[in-house]
Parts: sequence; structure tokens; C-alpha cells
Amino acid sequence: MMNNSFAQPLWQNGPAPGQFYNFIGGVNNNGAPAQLPRELTTCGPYGTKHSTAAITTGSSVLGIKFDGGVLVAADTLVSYGSLARYQNIDRVFKINDKILIGGSGDFADIQSIKRSIDQKMIEDQCCNDGVIMKPKAMATWMTRVLYNRRSRMNPLYIDVVVGGIDEGGVPFLGSVDLRGRAYDDYVVATGFARHLALPLVRERKPKDRDFTFEEATNLIREAMKVLYYRDTRSMPRYTVGICSASDCSIKGPFKVEENWTFAETIKGY
Amino acid sequence: MNSLGIEQFPDYKVPGVQHVDFHPYESNGGSVVAIAGDDFVVIAADTRLSSGYTIHSRDQSKLFQMSSRTVLGSTGCWCDTLSLTGLVKLRMQMYEHTHLKTMTTDAVAQMLSIIMYNRRFFPYYVSNILAGLDKDGKGVVYSYDPIGHCERATYRAGGTAGSLLQPVLDNQIGYKNQNVPADQLPKLTKERAVAVASDTFISAAERDIYTGDSVLINIITKDGIEEKTLQLRKD
Amino acid sequence: MYMDSARDVPSGGFNFDNCRRNAALLQGGFKPPTTTKTGTTIVGIIYKDGVILGADTRATEGPIVSDKNCAKIHYLADNIYCCGAGTAADTETTTDLISSQLELHRLNTERQVPVVCANNMLKQMLFRYQGHISAALVLGGVDKYGPHIYCIHPHGSADKLPYATMGSGSLAAMAVFESRWKPDLSEEEGKVLVRDAIASGIFNDLGSGSNVDLCVIRKDSTEYLRNYELANKKGERQLNYSFKKGSTPILHTTIKDLQITERVHVVPMEIS
Repeated sequence: MMNNSFAQPLWQNGPAPGQFYNFIGGVNNNGAPAQLPRELTTCGPYGTKHSTAAITTGSSVLGIKFDGGVLVAADTLVSYGSLARYQNIDRVFKINDKILIGGSGDFADIQSIKRSIDQKMIEDQCCNDGVIMKPKAMATWMTRVLYNRRSRMNPLYIDVVVGGIDEGGVPFLGSVDLRGRAYDDYVVATGFARHLALPLVRERKPKDRDFTFEEATNLIREAMKVLYYRDTRSMPRYTVGICSASDCSIKGPFKVEENWTFAETIKGY
Repeated sequence: MNSLGIEQFPDYKVPGVQHVDFHPYESNGGSVVAIAGDDFVVIAADTRLSSGYTIHSRDQSKLFQMSSRTVLGSTGCWCDTLSLTGLVKLRMQMYEHTHLKTMTTDAVAQMLSIIMYNRRFFPYYVSNILAGLDKDGKGVVYSYDPIGHCERATYRAGGTAGSLLQPVLDNQIGYKNQNVPADQLPKLTKERAVAVASDTFISAAERDIYTGDSVLINIITKDGIEEKTLQLRKD
Repeated sequence: MYMDSARDVPSGGFNFDNCRRNAALLQGGFKPPTTTKTGTTIVGIIYKDGVILGADTRATEGPIVSDKNCAKIHYLADNIYCCGAGTAADTETTTDLISSQLELHRLNTERQVPVVCANNMLKQMLFRYQGHISAALVLGGVDKYGPHIYCIHPHGSADKLPYATMGSGSLAAMAVFESRWKPDLSEEEGKVLVRDAIASGIFNDLGSGSNVDLCVIRKDSTEYLRNYELANKKGERQLNYSFKKGSTPILHTTIKDLQITERVHVVPMEIS
């Protein structure tokens, strides 16, 4: 028993001597469905085809770290293709007193992983040991879930921002994508915000210090406005999650201040 | 559907086979350079994490300190890098607990090769360079291909600018094709190795769009690992 | 004899002789030669007294920078300039061609050519080639009707806008405009804004880089500010990489006398 847990059998996923290699998801030589990871799917008689298209999607999430915590913002739209289907859905979630998560990509997959996380939090509380999960641990856990799914060619089509207060009261802000690619920085963004909001935030970053709360909120306001102007899968209403040492909550929804007066100055073709 | 109510697949679409429109790999850029000397080894990597035309982070270290005398530089598909280095660290810890000693650089090098070959048919899409001191305290560099081919060398460049940097190292460290007597060539000191490594990155940042922002340099000697950073172009 | 020489003289316009052959080659898995792309940030704005165009100066071939200081703001007429993104050869030849046609048009009409004319000629040409000429342009100029910025796409559609961006860095640059552009900017404010938009592309988009070029076009003057700002300083190398004389072995030497049998007479060029 002891030894088994350390040394894995040689060629554990490989073919038995003299047999061909079977790729995961295929059908065995004897015609029986190949063994798929139990938690994912029960194999049909003809194997399994995984869904690889996002149906209902959330667009951007933007996270900014400031000197005492993090802000995570996302608009409240969940689209169905080009249809603005659900217009009042929060995409920023409070997980516990230390963790915020903002989700973009396939919203079904977001809800699915959110359920798993909520279940984890309940298990966490049941221990009643005063230990609370931290955002760094949450981000790492998500890389493992997402990486395993991508390795089985059955990814969760999501791109998430994880933020909060880490060990020792230090703000943490990171991102995990559908392949399990993870990194942390003072600003992270997903979707269109990666192209539109990141430049705005990086431009204003002081070299020698973090953003202040004031600066961070102003940047969120500015970035959400630009996103509304230029991202067709966005809308002028957003929620902002705040996580600092004293507070962890979702604020809003806020309205984008739009201004279209320049339009009447354009004449001719 | 046929009369039995079972969906008929065209011959070439075998039922159950994945129709791959999802790409599990992504190139996240970055370069690594390692140069070994008699009693030291220098390994350097840039800190830009990117995909496509976007920069995700300007401050992502690609050097992983596996022990006090071994550093692994890893670029390519970042999610594979994270998984692979995590697994290597885990296996090293297990080794330490069972054998009550730290894995030597040569042992890590061998294990890394085996771990990577384990995924022969779904490889870790990474370019690894392992640098460290061997059991005699001599600097060594190991370089790998994505499926675990391992090669011992004294200097090596890898990653997106690997093909740009390697000839420079061949010339400046290996002194290839130079008609100069050996005693007239500059000796490879720690300082020279650091200088050549930094200079190659300055040049790589000029021409490779995936290399830039800054370089992180680790200098491994018997006294420990010294870290240095150098700023590069940010464009 | 006459026929032979006539065959070698190319007729005007593009040559489509090998289209079918090339299509067949591509289908057989042939890799076409790479072209120089200007994966670019180019922008233009209208300010109080005219327009300001801006561009970065990086040209790329795949992941490699092929030119660190290329010029992407092209001359069309004294009062009209045009920034080009896409395939370098396409943007250059397209703007050159339209530039000469505009000059002919000016000589024919004896008037300053309006910007809308350049816009029409460009978009009609691009439309004719159905997007195969990969030129994405930001056209700017000032004429008697005022300042104009046009954004022209490779398939031949065009927008008239107060501020426009194009190329791979267009979103980074547009974010700056959307947050800071307003009508009736002063020239100084305008230059700073355009510089910031280009810098945003240079630093956040890997297809754009190096320096900032600007071009300010006013009612009756034009200022081309080539390398307005060197946004990136090249790192300083620590070592000297010159080789000792004799590093390259000389295998053998042969000396031959040159016998001059012909003399070249230099005839000075006629200057109108």
C-alpha cells in the first residue's frame, strides 16, 4: 500500500506489451468504451463527444490591485451568441471573506465551477478550525481543475480572475484560463478588457508604489466606460467586488456614464 | 438516423473520437540561457508572459529553484510549465523524505527526462533548461526537447529566441570556428558568463517580439543562489 | 525578334499568370513565402486646427522584428498623409500609386485635391481587389472643407471619424482615445494624446514597437515629425564583441591582375 502510493506502475496509461496505444476518449480494441474519468461523463455506446463551444457567455472581467486590497469588476450581461440574453447577472462572486472571483467565458461552466467552490467552502466551514481558504490557494486549485479538464480535451470554457487578501494580509490578484495557465500581477483582465483596459491601467501605474483605492476605482470606472463603447458583447451596467482587510463584498450595480454628443459633429462621408 | 434509430457516422468520423476544435496548447513565449563554468553556473530567463500579440505579465519568473544547487528554466506552454515544475518539485520532496537527502542535479536531470517522456503522446509543450552544480561542484547544463530527450552541455539557449541566441553562445562561450590559440581567449569567469547572458538578452529583445521586459539571472555557486535582474525593452 | 522582346515587357497592373498554379501548390501543402507585415499601431485625430496622424515604427516577419525603425506615415499630397498597416508592400505601393494619381489630378484640375478624393481612390482600388491587397489605412488631411480623418479597411469600406485607429494595436490606442479625446483639442494636447495612443500600442501590443512618428497637418502647413519620441532605449551591452584580427582563418590567397578593357564615361543627369 505504502509503496503503491509512491511508485506508480510503469506505463500506467500505456498499452499492455504487444498492444497498441489507446488514446483517451476512444474505444478499446475489444469494442468496449474506453475508461473515462469517472467524474466527467458516462460513456455512451459510441464513446463520447465533448461540447467544445461556449453557448451563453460573459465578456470581460477586470481586476486591479491597490495598496490595501483588490477590485474586481464585470458588467452584468450574459450573452447568447450576439443576443444580449440575460442582462442582470452578477459575474463577480464573493467566495468567502478573503476571496473574490470574476468569471468570463461560458457561463454554464462558470456556474458549474462556482457550485464546486461553494461546496468546498461548506466543507471548509464544517471543519470549524478557524482556517479560511486564501485566494492564492484558490487560484492554484483552479489551475489543477482546469488543467486536468484541458488534458482530457474536455475543457471548461472559462477565464477567471481570482482576487482577495492572501496570507499575511497581502493583496493577491491572479488569473486562470481554460488551459490552466495562471499568473498574478497588479492588473489582470479577461476578454476584451485584456486589449482595451490593460493598456489604460498600465499607463497610469506609478513605478514606485501600488495604486491607491481612489486611483483604482477611477480606473475601473474609466475602463468599464471604454469597454462599453468598444465591446459589442457588453452593457453599461457593472458590479464591482471589493476585498480588503476590513471588507469583502460586491458593490453596485453601477451605471456607465455615456456621452454621445460628438456624434452630431460628424457630417458627410 | 437509420431504421434502428442509431445515428450513422460517415466512415472517416469514427464515433467517439474527439473532433478537436479545442487546442490544448498555447505558446506563451520567453527565452532561457544557461552557461556553466568550473565551479558555477549562470541561468537567465526573461520575465514576459504573453500569448498572441498580448502581454499578460511583465513580471513572471520562468526560473524555478528546485534546490540550493539546481535551477530549472522552463518556457513554452505556461500551463504545462506550471504542471511540470509542480510535479518535479513534488517528486523531489518525496525523494527527500524517503532518502533523507536532496536530489543531486544529475538525478533531477534524469528524473525530468523520465517525467517528460511519460507524456510521450501528449507532451508537455515546454523548452526546459536545467542548470546546477553536479556532485563534484562543477557547473552543468541539461537541455530537453518537449518529450524528454536530455542532453548535457556547458551552455545552452532555449525558448522563442533560442535559435537567435544559441549561435551567439557558440561563438562567445564555445569559441567555435575561431582561429585564436586557446590561451589568448578570455577565460570563462562568473562575471563574463553573466555579462554574455545579459548581452544576449539585450539583443534578443531587439528582434524577438516574445522576449523582453526584464531578465532574471540566477548565479549558482556552492555558497548558494545569487539573483540579479536587468531591465529590457518593454515594447 | 520583335515578338520576343515584346513578350518580356510587362504590361501595366498586376500579373495573375501563376494564380492557378499557386492555388494548386497551396492545396498540396506548399508553404508560401512570408511577407513583411506591419502588425502595427496607427492612429489619427482631428484637433482644433487640423489633423494629427501617428504611427509606431516596427515591422515584423512572424515573431521576428524585421525593421526597427520603418516609416508608416506615407505622403499622398502636400495636405494629405496616410498611415498604413498590414502587408508592408501593399501599404507602400497603394499609397505611392494613389499619391501619383492625386498629383496628376491636381495638375489636371489646378486645384488642391480634397481629402475625400484620396479616400475614394483608395477605397475603390482596395474594393476592386476584394481584400487581397492587405492594406488597412488611416487617411488624414486638411482641405478647403476642413480637417478629415478616414479609416479604410482592406476590403474597401471606409469610415469618416473624428479619431481612428488601425492595426494590431488599434484597441490599445482606441482605449486611450475613448477615455481622453474631446472636440477642439489644442495642438499640444493633440500631440500628447496621439503620442500616448501610439505608446499604448507600442507597449501593450507585441506587433507594435520602437518609436513614435507623428505628422501634424494644419490648414496651410504640414509638419512630419519623424521619430517624435524614442519610446524605447536599447540596452547597453557590457562586453566588447569585436574580434581579434586573424580570428577567421585565411585558407588560401590568390592575386589576379585586372585587365581594364572598357572605360565608363560619366554623363551628368539632366535636371529640368
